[in-house]
Amino acid sequence: MRAAGIAGAAVALIAALFFPWYLAQDGVLTALREIPGWWREADFAPAVLQASSQGRWWLWPAVLAPLAALIAGVAPLPRRARATGFLVAGGAGLALLVVQGLAIGVQGWAWPGLESVFGVLDDRQYGIGWGGSLVAMGLALTASAGLAGRGAFRGDAFTAGCATAIGIGVLLFTFLPLAALLGDAFRDAGGALSPLAAVTRLADDRLWGLGCLAGGPRCGVVWNTLLVATLVGFGTTVLGLAFALLVTRGRLGVALAKPLRWLTVLPIVTPPFILGLGLILIFGRSGVVSQLAADWFGLELGRWIYGLPGILLAQLFAFTPIAFLVLIGVVEGLSPTLEEAASMLRASPEKIFRTVTLPLLMPGLANAFLLGFIESIADFGNAVVLGGSFNVLATEIFFAVVGAQADPGRAATLSLVLLLIACLVFVIQQRLTGGRKSFVSIGGKGDGGLPPALPPRLRRLCLGLALPWAGLTIGLYVLAVSGAFVEIWGRDNTPTLRHLAKAFDFEWTQGLQLTGLAWNSVLTTLELAAIAAPITAGFGILAAWLFSRAKFAGRGLLEFATLLSFAVPGTVIGVAYLRAFNLPPLELAGTGAIIVVCFIFRNLPVGLRSGMAAMAQIDRSLDEASSTLGGNGLDAFRRVLMPLLRPAIIAGLTYAFVRAMTTISAVIFLVTAETELATVFIVNRVINGDYGLAIAVAVVLIVLMLAVLGLAQLAVGRRRIGRRAAIPLSTEPGAAA
Amino acid sequence: MRITTFRRALGATVFAMLGLGALAAPAAAQGSLNLYCSAQVEWCQAAANAFAKETGIRVSMSQKGSGEVLAQIRAEAQNPRGDIWYGGTGDPHLQAAEDNLTAEYRSPMLDQLYDWAQKQARDSQYRTVGIYAGALGFGFNTELLARRNITPPACWRDLLTPPFRNEIQMANPQSSGTAYVMIATMVQVMGEEAAFDYLKQLHRNINAYPRSGTAPVKAVARGETGVSISFVHDVVTERLGGFPAQFALPCEGTGYEIGSMSIIRGSRNERNARRFYDWALTPAAQQIGAEAKSFQTPSNRSTPVPAEAPQMSQIRLIDYDFAKYGTSAERRRLIERWDREVNSLPR
Repeated sequence: MRAAGIAGAAVALIAALFFPWYLAQDGVLTALREIPGWWREADFAPAVLQASSQGRWWLWPAVLAPLAALIAGVAPLPRRARATGFLVAGGAGLALLVVQGLAIGVQGWAWPGLESVFGVLDDRQYGIGWGGSLVAMGLALTASAGLAGRGAFRGDAFTAGCATAIGIGVLLFTFLPLAALLGDAFRDAGGALSPLAAVTRLADDRLWGLGCLAGGPRCGVVWNTLLVATLVGFGTTVLGLAFALLVTRGRLGVALAKPLRWLTVLPIVTPPFILGLGLILIFGRSGVVSQLAADWFGLELGRWIYGLPGILLAQLFAFTPIAFLVLIGVVEGLSPTLEEAASMLRASPEKIFRTVTLPLLMPGLANAFLLGFIESIADFGNAVVLGGSFNVLATEIFFAVVGAQADPGRAATLSLVLLLIACLVFVIQQRLTGGRKSFVSIGGKGDGGLPPALPPRLRRLCLGLALPWAGLTIGLYVLAVSGAFVEIWGRDNTPTLRHLAKAFDFEWTQGLQLTGLAWNSVLTTLELAAIAAPITAGFGILAAWLFSRAKFAGRGLLEFATLLSFAVPGTVIGVAYLRAFNLPPLELAGTGAIIVVCFIFRNLPVGLRSGMAAMAQIDRSLDEASSTLGGNGLDAFRRVLMPLLRPAIIAGLTYAFVRAMTTISAVIFLVTAETELATVFIVNRVINGDYGLAIAVAVVLIVLMLAVLGLAQLAVGRRRIGRRAAIPLSTEPGAAA
Repeated sequence: MRITTFRRALGATVFAMLGLGALAAPAAAQGSLNLYCSAQVEWCQAAANAFAKETGIRVSMSQKGSGEVLAQIRAEAQNPRGDIWYGGTGDPHLQAAEDNLTAEYRSPMLDQLYDWAQKQARDSQYRTVGIYAGALGFGFNTELLARRNITPPACWRDLLTPPFRNEIQMANPQSSGTAYVMIATMVQVMGEEAAFDYLKQLHRNINAYPRSGTAPVKAVARGETGVSISFVHDVVTERLGGFPAQFALPCEGTGYEIGSMSIIRGSRNERNARRFYDWALTPAAQQIGAEAKSFQTPSNRSTPVPAEAPQMSQIRLIDYDFAKYGTSAERRRLIERWDREVNSLPR
């Protein structure tokens, strides 16, 4: 407790004394390098100089609060008094800083009433930078140590620090933006508060119209979205199940099972819209299939791909792997004991599958459906490439923000509808599978049975579904990728490296000059993804530890809030971030930090889930042993769990990296000239029709990510071999319990 | 115990510093310019590179459609992040001027420009200026039309005839400035009621309203549709790219866009923005467009007009009223009317 409190105070004090308080326009490192005497400049001075010589007296708490906390930490006080000191200094300091940050903005006082109290303020402040954020974080840490010292979090400072960090993070970067967005829906076009505005917008015929059922031209976007999402949810679940059953129980042999597994990785590392593109190049009016049909059969296939069929096909391609990954875990985890029992009772293989296997798979199927559904309603890339005149909520929101008729209120309202749909499906799924808890098939006792083979008819059905689909996937990728290496796709098939050169050209004049169009965005993407991935994975593991091992008040609420950002579609998060972080004190818009933060909190649930799953396999008695030997929460986490969790951590790390590299819907509003991302670059090229260039960049991204995945695979593989001796030790207590 | 405590404190401090250090925003050089560019991406990049090479100012260019840039500038109004907005059709620039989002600036280069470019500046109280002009017309795929025995369109009314059923694409005016110029042109050529009758009849022959202004002409080039309503310089770009695309100019007369440039109000690098502004109006800078295969008519009188470019003098241009049809209210009204009366009709 004392160490954490002192560390927090020290971080805060050092930051207040030496770090520039405000955000520097061109990045803080440049300023420090190029401006002599930067600490004297009003824009760059640290808090202590801002308060003493720039007349910004409201920043004194940034210096005094850490000082007070430090004194409380060093002075010979009883534990409880010290804890109170930490809590008061940290909490009050933080509160004062938040208040000043909100009260004084880019145009002086933020609220007119303050002027009458404090007089006219001839000053303004931009968002906080390094100094400001470090002081705030240090004070938060100190306050949490104080809480722990006073008995909260079972007196463990590490638990308190983690819970505070995750709590503040989720509050700031999930709750607040969404709340701000929610508020926007209740304002009219002029910005005035008007609850009626939301009602009017919600009642819009463009949302709920059912004209298409009566032969009209279009249905409301909500119905379109629900239709696509439901079809995609079912489709991905069925296809994913077919693949999972084949790979685990299909007796395929290594020659077929291994490539099938690898095939499923491909769409995950593919920027989503590249699939839509490939579909146009194959099924479009001038695509391969259409040309063949015209040449061989004289058939005009036309433009059928634009609209519902195209979106559906592209999303099935993109999201089937996710269903597969969910289902293969469930199918593999299925204990054969029950099926063997049924078999001994002379049930036919078909009957066993229908009455035993399938019911046991229900939670997995529901989970896969939920994932497919939510991914589909959040998907923007495929819908914009293949939608034609068929609109879904994700595209509507996008164009309500950037279209010629920009209307933030409408965008907010549509986001709200999207959020409600996601939550509703989430709740329904929980109700359907959460009520009956008898899905458990793995007990503590060993089960050495072999999984039964698929019934022959079912196996044929699965093969009939999976093999053509796999063939289509391969064809799609071969043809789509070839688009990067021919002159003009579908027209001039002369091999060329022109598109690659255009994207990644460089020359040697006065050093290396990267003149290719895509360099900036690809390098930025790599940089931001590389920064975000370790933080995401670390945060995820910490959160997983917190939720599965630690006990404190409000844990359930925090766990739910963390999952919220998963249920919220990316487009909504993007709009909410843009809305919430454009003004001080948290002026993140336009910086790389907002994208990193978005990556972290959007992908957090992924690391969290893999961490919780892995942690469930490690018996609690190991933690208890560490505790008995005098270790605190940090020791148990660092010395016991971390080494055992290494594979899960690496998996979380790679997945966070890959997801950051391929995200589009959430970041499309957050990028700027400085921080353009490769996915946004690609989608812009696609919108402009520069397919060759778009595919060339996408191919490079896919190769990069496959390389990263391969390296991770290697790393995990080695560790597994090294752990062989450790495994019996870690699992034995679990088996005995 | 004390030592352990302090060692731990120190360790945690260092750890926290390192961990947070990772959050640093990427650094940028001094003397920079944030360029929002709504021209074709090749042009944008070439212009940014040329300006950076000439002045040593670091240029960060982000290419976005004109509607997207306007939305972004509006969202950032209280705290602008862009410095200059280069290219893109004139209406959103005029809207930005009207909404006080862009800054007034009288470039010393103004006298060297054509009248239409200067008029654009005057109409906006010198908050924007014309950098190029391009006429609206038809793009068509010669091979596709020949295969289907369709005579290429020559007039607006040709587009209503049965052979073009499901063969025409125009962009969605709710997101595209190009499509809005088309609607405003029809209103000025025919009068509003007749124009909307025309658009309703045209609707039957349209196969899709894509979101981006250049998407229809790209679809023409790749044989995804027979005819597009687009700016003719975009068609030239496709033809030079090796596609069987040709353009035609409507016999009833047609409207045009004035590609514009504005300095964003409250820009943090205003001096560099002005420097770019003056530079972009010189003949040397305006030639970059043609070099990047964009064939609009440049606004500086002494910029050579490339041979491939459609000659503005030979086009029957209407007297497009940018001041009226560039206002937000008029724009919103026309687009909403289009969505209500045209876009909701069955095909």
